[in-house]
Amino acid sequence: MTNKKNWPLWEVFIRSKNGLSHKHAGSLHAADAEMAIENARDVYTRRSEGVSIWVVESRYITASSPNQAESLFDPADDKVYRHPTFYNLPDEVKHI
Amino acid sequence: MDPKQKALAEQFQARIDADEKIEPKDWMPDAYRKTLIRQISQHAHSEVVGMLPEGNWVTRAPSLRRKVALLAKIQDEAGHGLYLYGAAETLGIDREELLEELHTGKAKYSSIFNYPSLSWADMGAIGWLVDGAAIMNQVMLTRTSYGPYARAMVRICKEESFHQRQGYEILLTLCRGTEAQKQMAQDSLNRWWWPSLMMFGPSDEASTHTQQSMDWRIKRKTNDELRQQFVDATVPQADFLGLTVPDPDLKWNEARGHYDFGEIDWAEFWNVVKGNGPCNRQRMQARIKAHEEGAWVREAAMAYAEKRQKRQEERKAAVA
Ligand SMILES: [Fe+2]
Ligand SMILES: [Fe+2]
Repeated sequence: MTNKKNWPLWEVFIRSKNGLSHKHAGSLHAADAEMAIENARDVYTRRSEGVSIWVVESRYITASSPNQAESLFDPADDKVYRHPTFYNLPDEVKHI
Repeated sequence: MDPKQKALAEQFQARIDADEKIEPKDWMPDAYRKTLIRQISQHAHSEVVGMLPEGNWVTRAPSLRRKVALLAKIQDEAGHGLYLYGAAETLGIDREELLEELHTGKAKYSSIFNYPSLSWADMGAIGWLVDGAAIMNQVMLTRTSYGPYARAMVRICKEESFHQRQGYEILLTLCRGTEAQKQMAQDSLNRWWWPSLMMFGPSDEASTHTQQSMDWRIKRKTNDELRQQFVDATVPQADFLGLTVPDPDLKWNEARGHYDFGEIDWAEFWNVVKGNGPCNRQRMQARIKAHEEGAWVREAAMAYAEKRQKRQEERKAAVA
């Protein structure tokens, strides 16, 4: 029991097939990146759920704070003109 | 409670009532966090300890087909344990603490795994009944209010249905076999039926956590509701096998639209929960042994990773 240091936590992102983005699948512990990829394969792709894996140590992720979610996101709330339905065109105009 | 805490608590409950999911960094009452850590870790431990009674039969599986299926099932259970430990860790407890709580007996796991697996038919009964009961509970939990727990449950439920089917197929084969094989299947059902009903936990009147867990939408059905659902689904499956459910009080109640069934032996239930089941000690010994014997591997892997990292940094420094 000399080295009491535990394996760090990694976040796992899986691309389920080419053409789709990587998506967060979950987390796991591993000693290094290589082992994290191997463990991710065993834990998250046992039924061919992936064609590509990204892993990143959890401590390197910077997340927005839920307490500031409102001030962070509400600038988008009053900008209806960013949506196509804001613009009035007559029905006769097609393919637009 | 100070007014600020009270306002936060009210906001929290309003989010729950609106069926919003709670995510790791969101504010949550301490008791909600504690309840989740207890329940998710207990669930994770059950997946892990649950591998032991099945591991007992891997080398004695009657064919290669049965053996690969059983191995794949057991490997899935290890995965389930990992998803759940991961979900628990998002609440601010670490893996080492979770395992410590299991090994010291502070944390519980499902009592069903304290019963011995005595015959090959038990691999059938465990898949059919034990995984079947777990599925009832887990399908409900895909809608639980804590996001990471709900997501783990979705993955788990996708994987579980093969577990139950492979178990039922084992029993079906035995029941279509010789008289002795059918007898073995019946004996297995006789031993696993009642402990499987106990998996849903104490009755609603005796359950101390149910109401709060329902209010927080951690649970969405009570123990007794799930138990009834399990009995209703499972009895026709036993009939199809031609096996007799070991309960003289079991009968279809036309008026209720459900099966009536006999009283669970709650003394046995609490006795096993308190650690006096047939295999409690054995299971914990096996877990602790595996954990301790794996310590050098974990340490060596960490030391190797650190050494490699250091070397890489030295190389970078030399180039610079
Ligand atoms: Fe499982
Ligand atoms: Fe299972």
